[in-house]
Amino acid sequence: MSALDTRIGKPWKKPPFVQRAWLRWALILGFAAYLVAAYMTIDVNWARVYEGLERGKQFVLAFTSPDFTSRSSDIWEGMIESIIMTVASSVVGIIISIPIALGAARNIAPLPIYLICRAIIAVSRALQEIIVAILLVAIFGFGPLAGFLTLSFATIGFLSKLLAEDIESMDRVQAEAIKASGAKWTQWINYGVQPQVMPRLIGLSIYRVDINFRESAILGLVGAGGIGATLNTAFDRYEYDTAAAILLMIILIVMALEYISGIIRERVQ
Amino acid sequence: MLRLEKLVKTYKTGDQALKAVDLDVPEGQVLALIGPSGAGKSTLIRCINRLVEPTSGNVYLGDVELTGLSSGALRRERRRMGMIFQEYALVERLTVMENVLSGRLGYVGFWRSFLRRFPQSDVDEAFRLLDRVGLAHMADKRADELSGGQRQRVGICRALIQDPALLLVDEPTASLDPKTSRQIMRLICELCKERGLAAIINIHDVALAQMFVQRVIGLRFGAIEFDGLPEGLTPDVLTNIYGEEDWEATIEKVDDDSEAAE
Amino acid sequence: MPVKDLKGQQVWQRRTSRESLGHWVMWLIGVAIFAYCWQQISEATTWFFVWDAPRIANDIWTRATPPRWEYITQLGKPIWDTLNIATLGTFFALILAVPVAFLAARNTTPSKFFIRPIALLIIVSTRSINSLIWALLLIAIIGPGVFAGVIAIAIRSIGFCAKLLYEAIEEIDETQVEAITATGASRWQVMAYGIVPQILPAFAGIAVFRWDINIRESTVLGLVGAGGIGLQLSSSLNVLAWPQVSLILLVILAAVVISEWVSAKVRGAII
Repeated sequence: MSALDTRIGKPWKKPPFVQRAWLRWALILGFAAYLVAAYMTIDVNWARVYEGLERGKQFVLAFTSPDFTSRSSDIWEGMIESIIMTVASSVVGIIISIPIALGAARNIAPLPIYLICRAIIAVSRALQEIIVAILLVAIFGFGPLAGFLTLSFATIGFLSKLLAEDIESMDRVQAEAIKASGAKWTQWINYGVQPQVMPRLIGLSIYRVDINFRESAILGLVGAGGIGATLNTAFDRYEYDTAAAILLMIILIVMALEYISGIIRERVQ
Repeated sequence: MLRLEKLVKTYKTGDQALKAVDLDVPEGQVLALIGPSGAGKSTLIRCINRLVEPTSGNVYLGDVELTGLSSGALRRERRRMGMIFQEYALVERLTVMENVLSGRLGYVGFWRSFLRRFPQSDVDEAFRLLDRVGLAHMADKRADELSGGQRQRVGICRALIQDPALLLVDEPTASLDPKTSRQIMRLICELCKERGLAAIINIHDVALAQMFVQRVIGLRFGAIEFDGLPEGLTPDVLTNIYGEEDWEATIEKVDDDSEAAE
Repeated sequence: MPVKDLKGQQVWQRRTSRESLGHWVMWLIGVAIFAYCWQQISEATTWFFVWDAPRIANDIWTRATPPRWEYITQLGKPIWDTLNIATLGTFFALILAVPVAFLAARNTTPSKFFIRPIALLIIVSTRSINSLIWALLLIAIIGPGVFAGVIAIAIRSIGFCAKLLYEAIEEIDETQVEAITATGASRWQVMAYGIVPQILPAFAGIAVFRWDINIRESTVLGLVGAGGIGLQLSSSLNVLAWPQVSLILLVILAAVVISEWVSAKVRGAII
């Protein structure tokens, strides 16, 4: 009872998340100092922002009356090009990323191959699409080919990494049972590994198609084909109603893709 | 003290979980609610504090009719009904102390509770309760570090710090081992006696119920099938509630157990 | 039935003939679509440039190496700006994403038929448009600069964070919420005691994860004029100063690697 008696009457405080007091205060003060410093170095031209509010309002209003017609041929061509790039790059990217994923799974591949494949993945993931696109446009010239190559390259990094992780975490016993039946390596992959990772491969592929489409919309900004160029022009000319039309189409297509992918993922699982 | 009148609950699926249940619980009485799974035990308890909205009927707590209350008034009445859950239902990422103090939420304002500035009297009471159940030294541990029995004790503290007149207890021992189950049941019944609380204990284990309570209610298909003293649970009665089975062994074992427990 | 009777012999087949025909047709359609796409791309490509590509790549490589190291002294401010765009953008996005997530989650939304669709619409529309496009738009509205970049990153991140957060909210343990409700707590108290502690780890994880992505994205926002190191990249590209370009690319690469390392460390510490 004595322990309780000493306790009664004393205030109680929640134990702090960071136990060491100096570290806690250092973190809090550091973050506050950073926010102040960041705020000081951003010079916002408030007059310009205020001016812009009117234009912002116009843009929001443009969404209520999007203009699909006056530049319909540009929009149509750009959209088709975006979709074509998406489809082609997804197909090629997925086909290439499967062997790389196999190579990047430590439980399947020997060490040298593993290292090479992991290096490819690392490079592909570290470089952003838009930078790759700039370089490829410089090398291959303007047009959808550069965009197609960019997206294929990005697909490889994304898909191989996630697929390799899935292969590494698969059930060893099932795969070993196939091996024990005297299967060749290719048969082993086909019967022991493939069935286990197939649902995930399909899910990831569809997700990547979705991403590729979204990315294809910006590649046009640097001349790598797709709807981005049309969009950029619309902004440059302050044609908000056309821009709104394009953005609405992008949103609708992305929503449709997400809806379809949800259905497919439910079916394969 | 608590009175249910023609309480009916029909779920959206059309399942009738409660069929016009009438029940009267006098002050300070501890009663056990037994019955097979799906008999409506949980629903009955949850209809009393309206975690589940009853379809029709009345619930009187003292003189207050609960089913018609607005949400603000309902919150005030909920303070008078402490609830103890099957899987403890502690907020796992909060400390033991915060979990106990959360029983006072109905009494303190939002900002006070948000900043963890509870009145000193609440903090003192929390420590007294934790000491009573033997967990005072655990106050600043996180709830997910505790064992099952310890968590249920914290759950009991959370219910009691509300200063309730009635305890609603939903399968308090379902996820505990037999020894801890008995300790928890004993603790609940002792605390009810100390504080003069009424309690409705919804429980699977007939033997355990017989051991501790003063009155047993048998529920079957949402209707009361038996209402009487624990000694009145004959094989015939149990067959009525649960269906055909050899009940002699269960009841005999109960006698042995209760003697061994003394 | 996958077992076929062939001249009195039972032959097992994986699919019935109708099924396998369907499969072949599907594959054929798929290949045809791909062939069409490829043909379209090929038509829009000047193949002369493509055949010339190895020479040009080689040319760019020789011009770009070695990087102009001393240029790094001029990159201090742009790197700082980039960090600010990512961090402040994430910060504002989180502030806005929390209420949107609570309105979008099935178990916390005040109205399933009116408010939830609006919240979901906000999530979908901010998420499906790339931050570069948001930046373009904001530059047209409020003028070029770091501020436009911060807002662009913030808007783009709302949908992403809110989506992950509302999924976390929908996965919480309802009995803990029930227990807090049963004490007579008000709606806000139930939120603070029953729901928030359960989603806090997810929230911290999402914040760091998105910050990492935002560092990547903010390095290129400058390409359209929204401040940060991308501005230097774009001006160097315009004057074909390849040694500067290669240095900037190295800096961006380093930033990406460091931010990924930091986010992995922080997430490890939280979970």
